[in-house]
Amino acid sequence: MSRELPFIARQARQAGLLNCHICGQLSRAPAGGGFLRCPRCRAPLHMRKPASLATTWALVIAAAILYIPANLLPMMSTASLLGSQEDTIMSGVIFLWQSGSWPLAAVVFFASVMVPLLKIFALVYLAASAQRRSRHRLIQRTRLYRMVEFVGRWSMLDIYVITILVALVKFQGLATIQAGPAAVAFGAVVVLTMFAAMSFDPRLIWDPAADSAPSSPDPDSDHA
Amino acid sequence: MLAPDAHPSLPAALIACHECDLLQTEPVLAPGETARCARCGAFLARNPPDSVDRSLALCLAAAILYLIANVYPLVGLEMQGQRVEVTLAGALLILWRDGMQPVAALVGVTTLVFPLLELAMILVVLVPLRLGRVSPRLAPFFRLVRAVKPWSMVEVFLLGMLVSLVKLSHLADVILGAAFWAMAALIVVLTLAGRAFDSRLLWQTPVIENSP
Repeated sequence: MSRELPFIARQARQAGLLNCHICGQLSRAPAGGGFLRCPRCRAPLHMRKPASLATTWALVIAAAILYIPANLLPMMSTASLLGSQEDTIMSGVIFLWQSGSWPLAAVVFFASVMVPLLKIFALVYLAASAQRRSRHRLIQRTRLYRMVEFVGRWSMLDIYVITILVALVKFQGLATIQAGPAAVAFGAVVVLTMFAAMSFDPRLIWDPAADSAPSSPDPDSDHA
Repeated sequence: MLAPDAHPSLPAALIACHECDLLQTEPVLAPGETARCARCGAFLARNPPDSVDRSLALCLAAAILYLIANVYPLVGLEMQGQRVEVTLAGALLILWRDGMQPVAALVGVTTLVFPLLELAMILVVLVPLRLGRVSPRLAPFFRLVRAVKPWSMVEVFLLGMLVSLVKLSHLADVILGAAFWAMAALIVVLTLAGRAFDSRLLWQTPVIENSP
């Protein structure tokens, strides 16, 4: 029965098979195309995520632009009898560092400054290398993608810190803390990079390698 | 709308990796075993023992913890005998009235609405599965669980609370409320529930569940 598949087919796409991303059912792609649904679970089917690279680029560029105000504008402003003060993400990290809680300073610095920045660079690299149809570092790029998907959510940290600070200090009544304009920009960066990672199709990393060597003997294709 | 045929001539055990598209045969998994892609190492499937019973029990526990986490105060401050405490909904309301509606909406969706939706949809799928009624009508609910999951960020929120309490600890004594501990337990229970659930059961008859 597996002779139905071309012998060289290592990827479902080369065998003309669609993989349902919800239930994993393989089904044959009809010649005409059009809007397809999985025969088993009725989820929408597509060979690759539609307009994957264009969507990823658009979202990453938007996130990169918003990263600037997110870091330059004040994240929160504190007002008390002693005076008022405005804090950016970075000055918040410095405050934590100086008050002696350096492990937390490191966590906040990593989650709020490094993760969004590295995520933007990683997505640009993934999208650019997929667009150039690079055949290098396939496994490393797949791992990088997995990491981007995994760590992205932790950037929401600063948004949650502000939420609790604003609420508790307001209740306590001695001072007021207000969320600054950077909070909106920062939240948008996190949401946009998460959507960008979701719209990138990691299978695009593997397609050029599969297309370029259709007949070369492959040591680990013993499943065929 | 076209429905391509499931192609009966394909071997039943043939699957494709969702990350690198490699065709491979799905290994038969002993209870507790995990299958990964032969080429890129992506997670393919897991065969958790007593999947439905365990994940249902954990989800019911998670539902109770979610309730506690939302009713009781999360964190508080104590200063000169005065005590202030804040619940999750209370904190969101303050942020909303402070003119930070986009931020309040983002926090509310990721810590309140989506975790609830995730939990409710898992239960909607699991209860009929436990009763032995596998139906294709469950599939859209399962799809919703998958769509909502990346946006439910209770564990990040918990870390955020700790950071803000450290920032306030020089002002007053900080109190961790009942909801804080319920939320910490909720994260553990939800993670275990996710690991205990074998989504392949949804696409099979429940009889297969008991065969090793």
